[in-house]
Amino acid sequence: MGRILIIAEHDGSELNPSTARCLSCAGEFSGLDCDIAVLAKDGQRVCEQAAALFGVSTVIRVDNDANEHALAAVHAPQIAKLAEQYSHVLGPSTTFGKDLMPRVAALLGVAQISDIMSVISQHSFARPIFAGNAIVSVEIRAQDKVVATVRTASYQAAASGGNATIESRALDVELPTHTRYRGTSSSDGVGRPDLQSAAIVISGGRGVGSEKNFALIYQLADRIGAAVGASRAAVDAGYIANDHQVGQTGKIISPELYIAIGISGAIQHITGIKDAGTIVAINKDADAPIFEIADIGLVGDLFTIIPELEKLL
Amino acid sequence: MDRILVCLKRAVDYNVRIRVKTDGSGVVTDGVKMSVNPFDEIALEEALRIREKGETDEVVVVSIGTDACQQQLRVGLAMGADRAIHVRTEQALEPLDIARILVRIAETEQPGLIMLGKQAIDGDNNQTGQMLAALWQRPQATFVSKLTLSGTTATAVREVDAGLETIEFDLPAVVTSDLRLNEPRYVKMPDIMKAKRKPLATIELEELGITPQTRVTVLQTAAPPVRQKGKMVADAAELVAELKRMDLP
Repeated sequence: MGRILIIAEHDGSELNPSTARCLSCAGEFSGLDCDIAVLAKDGQRVCEQAAALFGVSTVIRVDNDANEHALAAVHAPQIAKLAEQYSHVLGPSTTFGKDLMPRVAALLGVAQISDIMSVISQHSFARPIFAGNAIVSVEIRAQDKVVATVRTASYQAAASGGNATIESRALDVELPTHTRYRGTSSSDGVGRPDLQSAAIVISGGRGVGSEKNFALIYQLADRIGAAVGASRAAVDAGYIANDHQVGQTGKIISPELYIAIGISGAIQHITGIKDAGTIVAINKDADAPIFEIADIGLVGDLFTIIPELEKLL
Repeated sequence: MDRILVCLKRAVDYNVRIRVKTDGSGVVTDGVKMSVNPFDEIALEEALRIREKGETDEVVVVSIGTDACQQQLRVGLAMGADRAIHVRTEQALEPLDIARILVRIAETEQPGLIMLGKQAIDGDNNQTGQMLAALWQRPQATFVSKLTLSGTTATAVREVDAGLETIEFDLPAVVTSDLRLNEPRYVKMPDIMKAKRKPLATIELEELGITPQTRVTVLQTAAPPVRQKGKMVADAAELVAELKRMDLP
């Protein structure tokens, strides 16, 4: 009988919603219990949040000063140690999980499955290749441990209402000191919703025209509590920082409502929004490819439409 | 440092429109243009710039696969790499075996850095660099958009979901490149001619004593579901009415 371990993503005080999405994926493995591991300097708060998720058996708390920041080289040997007791080890396919899980798999001498979209059986999964232009179903050898990342855009966050036990573990593993965290700079101030977990995302493209004009996108977003995204063209043009980029080489998101403003709809952008609930496109070019996949399309000048929307919403 | 090793994967060119075979056995690759995986090209560009600053003596490109990979190695040489290593095999290999092979190459070449793309645009696995670093027991800096070397250590800015993360690490190390690390140079005709005379060594996979395994089997390849075109509205008011009707936002 197998058992699943999910590696929690967090910033030291808040559990990242990607963890609850992994838990939904774990729910597709029928009959397997699921634990969550929290590696932190002081994991109390994050462990409590993880324990409150519905469907968790035990939260494993691994406190260590070396775990203050999520360094893959430091986390991986600890997770490899914990993995001894599990048949499946899952992490989110965020930059955190993508950095970490292959290192874990290599230490365990097994393959890693990237971006699980759905679980077919305990050892077979669907995942995207060629930037989502093809979907493969893959099967991993039955005797191998499954180490995988979960494509977070394919899963809704698991509900709360759980009451798992929190169990502290001390791990006897040697940790490397060759990698040192120096800091993170974020382009957004506090108080704005996170692009990857927001229910509504408003993105601007090259059509917005300048960094200054992006203020219009922000205003509308703040009005309805949306996160702000951007196309690669807008990022490359320097209108907005790269951590806002939505698409194949940026963030792959699945908000309930996605509003694309001044975005033509290059394939690489569409790849990042395919799982959105409803897509709204506003563009002055009626032939823009974005209209081919939009649920609601509006042809017109964004500089007149945005102020109107602000009044109406 | 003495040298930087850069890994180049032969992959379907990024401009090719991918078509799934109707029998579900894979994607159409016959007659399709093949190139150096673009993220690997960025890694190579960075290595060349490091050499041009005098911080390394040599840039060596390595590719693993059939003889066709030599085309991509020649591209790497034309861009400016000093020599190339081709590990020849007819088998399609998984990232873990690629990483095991690269460790063997690293043991011989003793590079100060191994650079490669954060992922290949065919399989989208995003694993090889991390697995290589694990097996080589060295630091990894993934998704790098800025790299600075200083003696026995390096500093990398990484493109993470939260923004830009900075880490410092000891060398040797593995660095995987993100899109914004640099813009690769164009190869000029005389460089292509010159590349033909640069050394390219071929090693048979068997000589490395590594037996690849099939840990993951592809059962089926399918085209992704397509979103249908929705309705067009005339103005902002109609748009908002439509959203309200759908109970949004």
